Amino acid sequence: MTAPKRDHYDVVVIGAGPAGLAATATAAGAGLSTLLLDENAGPGGQVWRAIDSTPVTTRALLGADYWSGAETVQAARTSGAEIIHRATVWSLDRNLEIGVSIGGGSAFIGADHVIIATGAQERPFPIPGWTLPGVMTAGAAQTMLKSSGLVPDGRTVIAGQGPLLWLLAAQILRLGGRIDRVLDTTARSNYLAALPHAFAFMTSPYFAKGLALMREVRAKVPVISGVTELAAAGNGKLASVSYVAGGQRETVPADLLLLHQGVVPNVNLAMAAGVDHRWDELQLCWSPVLDADGNTSVAGIAIAGDGAGIGGAQAAVYRGHIAARAATAKLAPTTAVKLEPMAGLRQKLARAEHGRAFLDVLFQPAKQFRIPADDTIVCRCEEVTAQEILDSVKIGATGPNQLKAYRRTGMGPCQGRLCGLTVTELMAEARGKTRDEIGYYRLRAPVKPIMLSELASLPKTDTATQAVVRG
Amino acid sequence: MTRLADAIIVGGGIHGCSTALHLCLAGLKPVLIEKDYAGRHASGVNAGGVRQLARDVAEIPLSIRSMAIWEKIADLVDDTCGFESHGQVLVAENDTELAVCRARVADLNARGFIHEKLIDAAELRRLVPAVAETCPGGIVSRRDGAAQPARTTTAFRRKAEALGTTIREGVAARNIRKDGGLWRVDVGAEDYAAPVLVNAAGAWAGRIAENLGEPVPVETIAPMLMITSPVPHFIDPVVILRGRKLSFKQFANGTVLIGGGHRATADQDRNETVLDWRKLAESTRTVSELFAVMRGASIVRAWAGIEACMRDEIPIVGPSALHEGLFHQFGFSAHGFQLGPAAGAVMAELIAGGGTQTRIGALGIGRFRS
Repeated sequence: MTAPKRDHYDVVVIGAGPAGLAATATAAGAGLSTLLLDENAGPGGQVWRAIDSTPVTTRALLGADYWSGAETVQAARTSGAEIIHRATVWSLDRNLEIGVSIGGGSAFIGADHVIIATGAQERPFPIPGWTLPGVMTAGAAQTMLKSSGLVPDGRTVIAGQGPLLWLLAAQILRLGGRIDRVLDTTARSNYLAALPHAFAFMTSPYFAKGLALMREVRAKVPVISGVTELAAAGNGKLASVSYVAGGQRETVPADLLLLHQGVVPNVNLAMAAGVDHRWDELQLCWSPVLDADGNTSVAGIAIAGDGAGIGGAQAAVYRGHIAARAATAKLAPTTAVKLEPMAGLRQKLARAEHGRAFLDVLFQPAKQFRIPADDTIVCRCEEVTAQEILDSVKIGATGPNQLKAYRRTGMGPCQGRLCGLTVTELMAEARGKTRDEIGYYRLRAPVKPIMLSELASLPKTDTATQAVVRG
Repeated sequence: MTRLADAIIVGGGIHGCSTALHLCLAGLKPVLIEKDYAGRHASGVNAGGVRQLARDVAEIPLSIRSMAIWEKIADLVDDTCGFESHGQVLVAENDTELAVCRARVADLNARGFIHEKLIDAAELRRLVPAVAETCPGGIVSRRDGAAQPARTTTAFRRKAEALGTTIREGVAARNIRKDGGLWRVDVGAEDYAAPVLVNAAGAWAGRIAENLGEPVPVETIAPMLMITSPVPHFIDPVVILRGRKLSFKQFANGTVLIGGGHRATADQDRNETVLDWRKLAESTRTVSELFAVMRGASIVRAWAGIEACMRDEIPIVGPSALHEGLFHQFGFSAHGFQLGPAAGAVMAELIAGGGTQTRIGALGIGRFRS
């Protein structure tokens, strides 16, 4: 195990995606003792996953945006920071103590400043049959594609909306994978709602790239737009996908259904550390309450990247630099003045976020795809349906934490990642309350399960030694 | 506008909810005020132990009465509360500990209590086959068991409301005072008045008592718990290790709850606790030393609930020593969950009838007056 060299650092960065790599490069570059902890085998996060190990080396296949990450990876590597991969941070508290699991052993590390860069996760897509084997998220499919060059070869349907959906479809097709149909669930009314933001979008880099991707996919695969209903069916595994578009219901046989309706901040670690969050009415998810430098409500903890609110890879890089520059200004003010001025970084960030509002409005998932009904499963860990949750509300469950007493929702291994947003929205609708009033699960460490043997092998404290002697 | 009630109960833990329920059964109409929601703190997130075993003698009569209610809990609250009775076992790990156990059981028997039985190594092995062979015996309380705490407290709350309790959640009781012979409490924009006030506010009860002129030696604690991934079935009873801060229980789904009294740092003004993982590590170390089956498990969740602990670690149950119409029911010191059903019944008897047959004399607040 590559244990951390020290038990205390000026700055600990959690997550080696675009924001974490950028923050590491800036903080360590400024001479701060910096540790970067990352769960994956190598740098890149999800967007640049496996950038230095992927077997898909023909650059056109994964695209220029993917390979653009190499520069940021290099900057972090040469910054003097200590970088540890396969390191799972399972605890962070308001004393800035970090519990991390590395190679089967755990350690506690202290920090003067922590930058959380744990990125995004896919939004739950709770349609009838979404728990069947053969239904998976687009993100999981993309992980296999990037890490191992694997693409689907059976009858494949991709359903949902958002930039990643089109990117994945294009990447699968470029690698010779099979896609039978793309079902676009973008609500037609969203196009009108997004119109006021269209000019900004058309002058952003997203525009040309997005159009090119959609054109590339449409040239090879039938695309059904305006899908208003979606269900997976099968006996023990996926057999077919049925959908309604333009009032017409259709059923297609399928071996694989890839679902995706956007990404949302991965809030588990920040919430467990006590960071205040609020409901984002535009992105329809929980976002941390942050100042312009990414500082949270907990002194010494900042958040950068998509975990701070979805902004994409380029914005994440600048947010990483900004958070680390602010940390440097706090911990080593004389060094900070030699770094790139904050005003310049903020300008670059604003440019990177230009056009984002259009995407946020256009790709707001429709209510029926966020808030299921009847016997559609909401909580996969405990197999709780939408109707069962509504029944619990009727007899007194007022919010997600109270619901645990009725249905054990959110208490399984996923720790609410797959049901939390759905439960909040479902209960808010049922009770006529706002999402903020309903709230979210109270999250606690360990934010990822940790082996009991690993905790047990931590060095003994004096009291522990006494307890065993006494026993 | 002032609303009149028969009693004002401050605190929506299992104790406040149980007292509300029993007052309704006695024909009264109480209001229960809870600043968060019923079961938000210790009552909803404790280990769920339903235990007569190893209690202070002062609370045994209350505990025995509670046990009888637990065994028919669905009759009272229309919910089984997940109560299961597989006994609780106190394990002695060596002869010195066993000698202490032997003396304890003899002392209880002399006082007329027979719920704790001394067991030898063979019986211990029969009850807890996974225990280390070197353990010479222990004590069993066979009627004990465990329930689901949040479900239980919620069931008490629901039944109390169904029987006529006014439940006010999400708003704190403020400006508690006695005026014109009535207790008055501000609740948001309203105020309630009643001849009776029950202080069942858990970790917040000490402040209420102090403000009313009855300071007591109480601290806020947050005992930590954790739960593991499922492992093959290996124990039925709840197991407590006599010499260590460790207790555990396996659920039907194979998961194991590990507790025993190591504490988190509590911040009651923030409704927050910070876990002490080094102490939790001690618990995991002991568990994996004793039970090989646990070594492959992982910790899925860990938490701590905020509550009040008295200096003498037994609760205050009974009338105020200072004020007419004021009753205290707090300070259960990390073992109040099992006592909830009977404590509510006793409080209702004290309030509605002026007395109780259950021996609670040693639990009075007067014991702290110098």
